[in-house]
Amino acid sequence: MRTTPLPRPAPAPVQRPGVVGETTTRIDGGPKVKGEFEYSSDLWADGMLWGATLRSPHPHATIWSIDISRALALPGVYAVLTHEDVPGRKVYGMEIPDQPVLAWERARYQGEAIALVAADHPETARRACDAIDVAYEVLEPLSDPERAMAADAPKLHLSGNVLRHITLRHGDQAATADVVMTGEYEVGSQDQAFLGPESGLAVPDGDGGVDLYIATQWLHVDRDQLAESLGLSPEQVRLTMAGVGGAFGGREDLSMQIHACMLALHTDRPVKIVYNREESFFGHVHRHPCRMHYEHGATRDGELVYVKARIVLDGGAYASSSTAVCSNAACFACGPYNVPSATVDCSVVYTNNPPCGAMRGFGAVQVAFGHESQMDKLAAALGIDPVELRIKNALAPGHRLPTGQVVREPAPVAELLERLRAMPLPPDASPGPRDLRELPGGVSNTTHGEDVRRGIGYGVGFKNVGFSEGFDDYATARVALSLDGDGDPLVSVHTAAAEVGQGVVTVQAQIARTELQVERVAVLTADTQVGSAGSSSASRQTYMTGGAVKMACEAVRERLLQRVADHAGLDPFDLSLAGGAVIDSRGETVATLAEALVSAPIEETVEFHHAETYPLDENGQGDAHLQLAFSAHRAVADVDTRLGLVRVVELATTQEVGKALNPQALDGQIDGGSAQGLGLALLEEIQIRDSQVLNASFTDYLLPTILDMPPVKKQVLEHPDPDAPYGLKGVGEPPNISTPPAVVAALRSACSRELARIPVRPEQLAGIDEPRRSRPPAPGSRGPAGARPTRS
Amino acid sequence: MDFLQPTSLTEALDIMSAHPEALPILGGTDVMVELNFDRRRPAQIVDLGRVAELDDWGAENGRLRIGAGVTYARLIADLGERLPGLAIASRTVGSPQIRNRGTVGGNLGTSSPAGDGLPPLYVSDAEVELVSSEGRRRVPVERFITGPKRNSLAPGELISAFLIPEAEGPQQYAKIGTRNAMVIAVCSVALALHPSERQVAACVGSAGPTPIRALDAERFIAGVLEEGNLWESPRALGDTALRRFGELVELAARPISDVRGTAAYRLHAVGVLGERTLKWAWNDYCGGSR
Ligand SMILES: Cc1cc2nc3c(=O)[nH]c(=O)nc-3n(C[C@H](O)[C@H](O)[C@H](O)COP(=O)(O)OP(=O)(O)OC[C@H]3O[C@@H](n4cnc5c(N)ncnc54)[C@H](O)[C@@H]3O)c2cc1C
Repeated sequence: MRTTPLPRPAPAPVQRPGVVGETTTRIDGGPKVKGEFEYSSDLWADGMLWGATLRSPHPHATIWSIDISRALALPGVYAVLTHEDVPGRKVYGMEIPDQPVLAWERARYQGEAIALVAADHPETARRACDAIDVAYEVLEPLSDPERAMAADAPKLHLSGNVLRHITLRHGDQAATADVVMTGEYEVGSQDQAFLGPESGLAVPDGDGGVDLYIATQWLHVDRDQLAESLGLSPEQVRLTMAGVGGAFGGREDLSMQIHACMLALHTDRPVKIVYNREESFFGHVHRHPCRMHYEHGATRDGELVYVKARIVLDGGAYASSSTAVCSNAACFACGPYNVPSATVDCSVVYTNNPPCGAMRGFGAVQVAFGHESQMDKLAAALGIDPVELRIKNALAPGHRLPTGQVVREPAPVAELLERLRAMPLPPDASPGPRDLRELPGGVSNTTHGEDVRRGIGYGVGFKNVGFSEGFDDYATARVALSLDGDGDPLVSVHTAAAEVGQGVVTVQAQIARTELQVERVAVLTADTQVGSAGSSSASRQTYMTGGAVKMACEAVRERLLQRVADHAGLDPFDLSLAGGAVIDSRGETVATLAEALVSAPIEETVEFHHAETYPLDENGQGDAHLQLAFSAHRAVADVDTRLGLVRVVELATTQEVGKALNPQALDGQIDGGSAQGLGLALLEEIQIRDSQVLNASFTDYLLPTILDMPPVKKQVLEHPDPDAPYGLKGVGEPPNISTPPAVVAALRSACSRELARIPVRPEQLAGIDEPRRSRPPAPGSRGPAGARPTRS
Repeated sequence: MDFLQPTSLTEALDIMSAHPEALPILGGTDVMVELNFDRRRPAQIVDLGRVAELDDWGAENGRLRIGAGVTYARLIADLGERLPGLAIASRTVGSPQIRNRGTVGGNLGTSSPAGDGLPPLYVSDAEVELVSSEGRRRVPVERFITGPKRNSLAPGELISAFLIPEAEGPQQYAKIGTRNAMVIAVCSVALALHPSERQVAACVGSAGPTPIRALDAERFIAGVLEEGNLWESPRALGDTALRRFGELVELAARPISDVRGTAAYRLHAVGVLGERTLKWAWNDYCGGSR
């Protein structure tokens, strides 16, 4: 029997959303801005214990023994658990269950979970972790993905180190070209850096089952993995969404979910786990670091003939969603261009580096930096304007992707670029003293205009919306139309869609309002009492859960009209909904909603599946993708060319969105995605040496501040996709894809350097790559002007 | 852990003499980070936030005596005119929240090589005032700071104030950070003109175990100014002199490579900053603003 009352989520607030296409202020917006929103880290239950996790300090080690006796003896400690205590499957993973719930025998990355503690105070729990004695034998880490692919490399998993390799062959493999351009590019590891760290509360139900309140991206895939590892049936594991403080892919994999449930079931007490910022860096997967070698062949007048790419993604210690990221990197490696022949080899490999997985842009971000850098290089070699070269080769409906898939409408790559180019540029810097905040370095006062040069760069990118390669992607929605206590009509929408900050709660309300013409809508808290919504990822949730809500509303409407028709002896096809009433073809009210619903509410649950996709064959060919989303960016940047400091003056963007359901939320996605892209171009990198993370804090993992992020000028195109609900396209990821190459192109044009790696460091921009120590000239000597100490 | 809140300096010193290992806290912007990261578990914390004596500033024998607890925000607002170099440095510290809490006293207490409050003290030969139940002593800042995060504070001792002359010439501070706000210095340069002493003082920050005065650069530029009689008849400095000054500032630095930047970049950057800060300050001097 349950002893602890479950934390009760507040009843779903009633919204009065605008219809689809109207800006609607987000219902969670006010509370979030005012600090009143309840995040998962705010959860509380009477009598709860605090969980803590002991993690491996070593990226690669044999675990000889784990002695928990000292920890268990500490007062206030209720449980210390190791791999031996995992009730069910000892490994988990969304696609390949290869990651230990708690490590045994071997630790494969720094920060891997080894043991768990539940104690009456978080401090006690942490101290108990320190009292667990683990005998490690430190092994040399396999840090270099190229090395990991070598035949003689030590195997990190039984299946070998190559997690997936995609061979993509398209068109004439012997094609030759007038102009050949090669390039090597590298992308560092970006962190999702969501502000709300991993956290949740597990409450045992007293009958062997458990309720988990959790901030996640996909409740049902969490539940299924939880049930496996806890040795319970899915019905015994119930999940309720708790306030999510950002996700960006980093909450697709499990973090503390199984751990909290194990501790709760073991102690029969509610257990809360909250990571701190440092632990969060080790608690979730990151964007894959990536190395790319490109070769582009073009005719003298700039038509692409072929693209060859060799791409290596560092998957880190466990699989996560690496195999799908690999597919994306391969499929989108050539960019949104008409490429007659493509030769792409893309691998993702295991190393002892931090595990990598989903992050906004999902494989398309890395290759966009590669293919766009190549387009700029090619344009320079050909003496063609870089935008012109892109337009000349722009992908268009009817073209084939390098996977052989025919591109469908809308795919207005040329139009995006033309409109972007036509947007006015920001004015040149005014002469005279400038506000420091407008200069590279900002208030740090490093230049008053000296050595500052302006650069302009363009980038365009694309990616798939929704799950690809034959995955049966679906979302469930339950919609009820009823009368509330006052007899007023109310629509209740229940889905498991994760509100990760993108606005899916509000968009569901808008859809219900639009379809059922009822002003008052309540979107219930997402949980596992309704079917899966799929993940809030792949820019898919408005398409998928939005599509499901639309379909459920249509089913409710049909039943309502049928009910009224039956009652009035009319044909339901002559009836429609308008202004809170059922009307006939002459516009006469047949029944108000209050009259129609007084006998009983109407409720429908539907599953919305997207059109079928297909796996890639051995040559990387196949109709693998549902929908493609496109965006382009232009960056204008001022660079202090001597110090390598940057101020991005303006970002401008065009994006094909099909239909802007909530224009304000769309703006938010574009601003946020652009900021995250700017961060990757300039600042954000998890620095890793010998598989050890060097900067697991916001002191040294630098996110852009308001002084780094300029306003974004936006133009959205709304060419409807005939197959999508309301014609919409997913919008969350594209801005993150096209921003980095545009920013780097602007930097290149300002400082005339190669800049083959992102994030670009001041050292690179200033051309100070080599270690140097100047030989001291005699103090006081003036020295000739050119006699500056060695400078590379 | 005991949290002690004295309301006077005497009371604070009594506590410190009873618990010499107690951890003082002013703004807490360093201390709280240390506690959160579990790097420190002091038995007692002494909150100096209620000790009014530490919040005062005033003139003393031609110098300013500024209480250890004066925040960056107050330095900027109240003392920006009198201490322009320290005010510029204060503006580069963290964010408004940090500047509202953080203090130079705390910056001295931490003695980080990256402390932005420190190089401006070096170029004005500031003194740090230390008190204990035994009495009071004053130490030049250069002797107070002894190494990275090390200083000559004795157990039981508190920083009560620092003493610094009012600016009598232009002052500058420039700091490299990888982003344009809220960033720890990759490296920095403070510079002050002292016309009455015919001196240009320069100090590199975050490019060595402690802030380091660039004495060769100072001597070099003093010579140039002397030779051209420029203090009396100010004229713009030539590029060669500026560049040479920058080179010598660079030579004073002893940086390491770390996550924030390479040693090579730090060397290069302090050179450029030396050159630029001298140019700005000297142009200011020529413009007769002082
Ligand atoms: C987000 C953030 C950004 C930051 N940015 C910057 C930056 O840009 N530049 C920079 O220089 N610093 C920065 N810091 C660090 C910090 O703000 C500064 O070092 C600040 O000056 C510390 O002052 P405080 O009053 O908060 O010190 P506290 O944290 O209270 O104390 C700091 C140290 O001094 C000791 N101490 C305090 N008072 C006394 C006393 N009276 N006698 C003896 N010892 C004492 C404490 O025990 C502690 O060791 C940042 C910190 C944060 C959290």
